[in-house]
Amino acid sequence: MAQGSYYVPATSKWPIIGSVGLFILVSGFAKWMNGSDLGPWMAAIGASVVIAMMFGWFADVIRESEAGMYSNQVGGSFRQGMIWFIFSEVMFFAAFFGALFYARIFAVPWIGGEGTGVMTNELLYPGYLPVWPTNGPENLGGDFKTIGAFELPMINTLILLISGVTITAAHVALKKLKRNALIFWMAATVSLGALFLCLQMFEYVHAYQDLGLTLGSGIYGSTFFMLTGFHGLHVTVGSIMLIVITLRCVRGHFEPKNHFAFEATAWYWHFVDVVWLVLFVFVYVL
Amino acid sequence: MTATTAHDDHHHAAPKGISRWLTTTNHKEIGTLYLVFSLAMFLVGGAMALVIRAELFAPGLHLVNPEFFNQMTTMHALVMIFGAVMPAFVGLANWMVPLMVGAPDMALPRMNNWSFWILPFAFLILLSTLFMPSGAPASGWTLYPPLSLQGGNSFAFVIFAIHLMGISSIMGAINIIATILNMRAPGMSLLRMPMFVWNWLITAFLLIAVMPVLAGAVTMLLTDRFFGTSFFDAAGGGDPVMYQHIFWFFGHPEVYIMILPAFGIISEIIPTFSRKALFGYTSMVYATASIAFLSFIVWAHHMFTVGMPLGGALFFMYATMIIAVPTGIKVFNWVATMWRGSMTFETPMLFALGFVILFTIGGLSGVMLAIVPTDFQYHDTYFVVAHFHYVLVTGAIFAIMAAVYYWIPKWTGYMYDERLGKIHFWWSTISVNVLFFPQHYLGLAGMPRRIPDYAVQFAEFNLISSIGGFAFGFGQLLFVWIVIKCVRGGKQAEARVWDGARGLEWTVPSPAPLHTFDTPPVVTENTEHSAYLQR
Repeated sequence: MAQGSYYVPATSKWPIIGSVGLFILVSGFAKWMNGSDLGPWMAAIGASVVIAMMFGWFADVIRESEAGMYSNQVGGSFRQGMIWFIFSEVMFFAAFFGALFYARIFAVPWIGGEGTGVMTNELLYPGYLPVWPTNGPENLGGDFKTIGAFELPMINTLILLISGVTITAAHVALKKLKRNALIFWMAATVSLGALFLCLQMFEYVHAYQDLGLTLGSGIYGSTFFMLTGFHGLHVTVGSIMLIVITLRCVRGHFEPKNHFAFEATAWYWHFVDVVWLVLFVFVYVL
Repeated sequence: MTATTAHDDHHHAAPKGISRWLTTTNHKEIGTLYLVFSLAMFLVGGAMALVIRAELFAPGLHLVNPEFFNQMTTMHALVMIFGAVMPAFVGLANWMVPLMVGAPDMALPRMNNWSFWILPFAFLILLSTLFMPSGAPASGWTLYPPLSLQGGNSFAFVIFAIHLMGISSIMGAINIIATILNMRAPGMSLLRMPMFVWNWLITAFLLIAVMPVLAGAVTMLLTDRFFGTSFFDAAGGGDPVMYQHIFWFFGHPEVYIMILPAFGIISEIIPTFSRKALFGYTSMVYATASIAFLSFIVWAHHMFTVGMPLGGALFFMYATMIIAVPTGIKVFNWVATMWRGSMTFETPMLFALGFVILFTIGGLSGVMLAIVPTDFQYHDTYFVVAHFHYVLVTGAIFAIMAAVYYWIPKWTGYMYDERLGKIHFWWSTISVNVLFFPQHYLGLAGMPRRIPDYAVQFAEFNLISSIGGFAFGFGQLLFVWIVIKCVRGGKQAEARVWDGARGLEWTVPSPAPLHTFDTPPVVTENTEHSAYLQR
C-alpha cells in the first residue's frame, strides 16, 4: 500500500446485519406500542443485533486504523462524516426547540385570546390565562410545579462545563503523549458525565414524585421532558463513546497526530454541552 | 488537495451471488441497487396512482371504498417521494459523482452500503401496512394531526418506516458531501466541478438539514399518540398547526431535494447535445445556492389557508415569489446554452428539452399558488395536484429518465435502442400532458383533491385525465423493456458515448470497470476532458 493511498474496504457484512437489526428493532417497537406481547422481545432482539453490529463494525475500523491502513485523506472523510452527523443532530434538536418557541410565542397566547385568537378563547377556553409554564386550558396532567433553574440544573450546567475542560485537558495530554494524564482526564470526564446522568435521573424522579410534573403535563411537560430526555439520551451515548475512548487509551491506542476517534468523541461531547447550555437558558431559566 | 490513490484491498475476490449485493462497498454496485430499487418503487407507486385514476374515471363510487382511496393517495405519495425519486437521485450520485470528480469510490464505502440496505426494510414496513387489518395510513403523506393520530395500528409502523428512510437519506447525504469535499482529483477546484456534482452538494446539505426535522416532527406525533404528550393538542397548550409548520420546514426544502439534482442532470445533458459549454456556469452555481437558501424561509406557503398573521402571509408570499428569479436564471441559461449550438436530438436531449418546457409550466403554476389571495381559491384543489405533478413527473422523473438514457451506455457498455427511446419519450410526453393538463382546469373549477367522488360537471376532464394516466403508466413498461434490452446487449458503446460530452466520466471505458480512478487523474486548466468550463 503506497503512501497517500485511499483505503476502500472490501465487502462488509456489518451494514446488512445493522439493517436487519434496525428492522427487527423498529417493527418490535411498533408492535409494542400497539399492545403486542411479542413487541418488547422483538425490540430487545433487534437492539442486541444493532449493538452487536456496532461492536463488530467499530472493531473492524479500529483494527484497520491501528494497522495504519488509513491515510490522512481517509481521516478527512471521517471528519467530514462526523461534522455533518453532528449538524444533523443539531437540526433534530432544532425541531424540538422550534416546538418550544412556537408554543410559547404563538400557540399558548393564541389560545389565551391574543391576536386573532379572541374568539378561540371566548368559545373554547373562556377564562384561560396563558401564562408559561402551562399545561393548557384543560389542565392536562393536573397541577404541577417546575424545577428551579438555580438548583440542580445549575449544578448540572457546571458539571458539563467542567467536563468540557477536562476533555480538553485530556486532548492536550494526548498531544504531548502523557498517557497517565490522558487516562486521568478521560476518567474525570467519564465520571462527570455519569454524575450528570445520575443527577438528571434524580431530578426526573423528583419531578414525577414531588412536583407532579410528568410527560403528560400539557405542552410544558411535553417540551420539558422531550428536550431534556433526548439530551440525556445523547449524554448517555456520549458517555459510552468516552468510555470506549478511555479503554482504548488504556490499551495504548492513538498517537499525537493520529487520533480521529478521540477528536470525534470530543466534538460530540462539546455538542452535547452546547445543547445543554441552550436548554438551560430556554427550558429552565426563561 | 491530497492525491487519491486507492489501495489494493478491494481487489480481492468478491463474493458471488446474493451476498455480493448484500455486502458490496462498491459505489457502482450500490448505485445500481439504488436505481433498481427506485424503478421497482416507481412501478409500485404508479400502480397506486392507477387505482386512483381508475376510481376517478367517472363520477360515483365504483371500484374502491373511500377509505382505501385515501390509503392509495397517502401511500402513492410516500412511495414515490421516498422510494422512487429520492433513491433514484442518490443512485445516480453513487454512480456518477466519484466518476465525475475522479475519486476511487465514495468517501465512506461501508456506510454507503448501509444507507442503501436500510431502504428495502423501510419499505417492507411501509408496504406491509397495506395488509394490516386497519389498512395503510390514510391521512395523506403529510400526516397532519389530529387526523393522522386517529389511524389504526399502521400508524406506529409508518412513523418508524419514515425514521428508517430518514436515517438512510442522512447517511447517503453525508457520504455524498464527504466525497465531493474530500475526494476530488487534484486540480478539480470547486468551480471546476460538473454542475451535477454542484447541485448534489447543495442537495446533500439540504437533506442533512431537514431530514432530522422530519424525524423530530413524526417523533412528536408518536409521543402524542402513545406517551401522553400534547404537542399538537390545544387542550394541553399545544397546537395542531404547529405540526404543519415543523413538517413544512422539512417539506419545502424536501421539494428542492427532489428537483436540484434534476437541474444538475439537465445542466449536463443540454451542453453535450448542443456541443457548447454551459452558459453562465457560475450563475448556475449561485442560482442553486440561492434556491437552497430560500427553501428554508418559504415553508408556510403550504398552509396559507390554515391562518396566520397577515405579516407572516405577506412574508411567505414574497419570499416564495423571489424563488422564481434564480429558477428563471437557470431556465434562461439552459436556453442560452442551446442558442446557436450544433444541436442533435437523441433521447436524453429530448427528455431534457421536455423537462425545460414542462417543468417551467409547473414553475409558473407554482408562482400562481404563491399568491395568497389566489391560493385561497386554489388550495387543496386539483390545481395543486397538477402543479406538483408537473414539477415532479415532467420535472424530476423526466430528468431521471434523461439521466438514465444519457449514462446507461456508460453503465452497461451497450447503446440503448434509440428508436424505442424516442417512442418512449413522445409517448410519455403526450400522455403525461393528457394526464395532468386537464387537472389545472378541474382545480380552477373547484374540484377538491383527495376525494374519491366528484360532481358530474367534472366528468369530462377526469375521463381525459384518467385515459392519459393509463397511457402514461403502461407506457413506462416500455422504459423497463428498453433498460432490460440495453443491459442484455446492443451496439457497443465507446468510452466517450456522446461526441459532445466532456468530463471525467467519459474518460473511462464503457462499461465502466468496477474500480476506476485508483490513481487520480490530474485536472488542470488545459486538460480537455476536465476543464469543464471549456469546450
